[in-house]
Amino acid sequence: MTMIRVEHLCKHFDDLEVLSDISMEIKKGEVVAIIGPSGSGKSTLLRCINQFETVTKGKINICGDDMIIGENAKGPIYAPKKILKKIRLNVGVVFQQFNLFPHFNALRNITEAPIRVLKTPKEQAQQEARLLLQEVGLKEKEKSYPCELSGGQQQRLSIARALALHPQVLFFDEPTSALDPELTGEILKIIKKLAAENHTMVIVTHEMSFARDVADWIIFMDGGYIVEQGRPEDVINNPQKERTKAFLERFHNIRKESKLDKKQTLPGENL
Amino acid sequence: MTGEAFGNMLLTFLEGFGVSLELFGITLLISIPLGFVVALGRISKYKIISWPLSVYISIMRGTPLLLQLLFFSFGPFYMFGWNWNRFLAVCISFALNYAAYFAEIFRGGIESMPVGQYEASAALGFGKGQTFFRIILPQVIKRVLPASANEVITLVKDTSLVQAVGVVELFSLANKLMGKQVSPVPLIVAGVFYYIFNLLVSFVFRFIEKKLNYYK
Repeated sequence: MTMIRVEHLCKHFDDLEVLSDISMEIKKGEVVAIIGPSGSGKSTLLRCINQFETVTKGKINICGDDMIIGENAKGPIYAPKKILKKIRLNVGVVFQQFNLFPHFNALRNITEAPIRVLKTPKEQAQQEARLLLQEVGLKEKEKSYPCELSGGQQQRLSIARALALHPQVLFFDEPTSALDPELTGEILKIIKKLAAENHTMVIVTHEMSFARDVADWIIFMDGGYIVEQGRPEDVINNPQKERTKAFLERFHNIRKESKLDKKQTLPGENL
Repeated sequence: MTGEAFGNMLLTFLEGFGVSLELFGITLLISIPLGFVVALGRISKYKIISWPLSVYISIMRGTPLLLQLLFFSFGPFYMFGWNWNRFLAVCISFALNYAAYFAEIFRGGIESMPVGQYEASAALGFGKGQTFFRIILPQVIKRVLPASANEVITLVKDTSLVQAVGVVELFSLANKLMGKQVSPVPLIVAGVFYYIFNLLVSFVFRFIEKKLNYYK
């Protein structure tokens, strides 16, 4: 079953072409990692799918709902509000900067949306939230405010918050880029756990070894294009395109060096 | 000055300060909600709403409050022969002036909110109203508190300006008494009145700030 279908997606910021003719398909239970250099359009692609940016051209379908239903002279025509909201609730987003609500404690960060949006009874929402907190290892922190949590804990809380709405697809926009390498591991561990539970996920990341280990499919982007995509062992270990080779060269070099020193591991390795 | 005279002065001042506080209270009651609405209009993407409001703010902030006070008190009479309630005129000019300042404070507070808060809220399915009132506004209130405290303290002192249009309040009484007694004591006593009240105001604001200090 196809969860996400993107067809010929283009995105311009004025004259700057950020995404050019992007097409991709993600099936239920798949974990897709999008890699590529900064400015390659990875995050913009995610932001278009998550309705934070309007697209210039193309089609997006999420869980069977068309986000864009046509096109006129001004650009694409978006689906009615009701459909867009349904799409919103079908996807969960984890941000690079966490974007937790600082004025709510950990528990309320999770329960607010189920209570206000899904109209889940408060008791039930809190019960579910406590289970989620436990799942991300924050059982003791339900009364803590985001400012009292470490970066890694904040990101784990934001993952729990996204899961509370039972989304069909989870998006991660560079979930570890704001964290130091030591804290990166705990986030990657949770994402791996979610992958094992068969969540459909799209992860924009710079953690190559993590992408290789957790993803079923790798998309390498550069300059707004999908340069190469395929199974991780093919794309990462045996890239075909020159651009991909050049991008991955540094990663492979570091790996070679670190193999000399057995104690050294890259973030996301050996989890 | 005899003790009895001093006591009488205090009583008169207390009455005068009552008028000052009345003006203070009415101004806050009108200017804060009005400033909030103006701030929302000011950040509207519709020029037809935001442009007139920015002109209004610019005039209110760009001309002396004393001038506005005289304009609202005497302007209608000179222009149309309307002789309206002086205290009402004073309240209107204060409310309009302070609403402009509050609007700018609130606008700054709203615009200082990181876009990530809006995006996280939208991603979780909150509507625009829910996002504003449940996520954005509570954080804005915390952010605008220190600047608002400044404004409120200034307002307490600015009430003394209304003596210029003949409204009898604390400052005008003190001024008159000073001339009568050929002594600065009435002025000093009036100063103490303002000072103590402002101590109270800053105490209240510090209390609220502390209450909201449970998060950063």
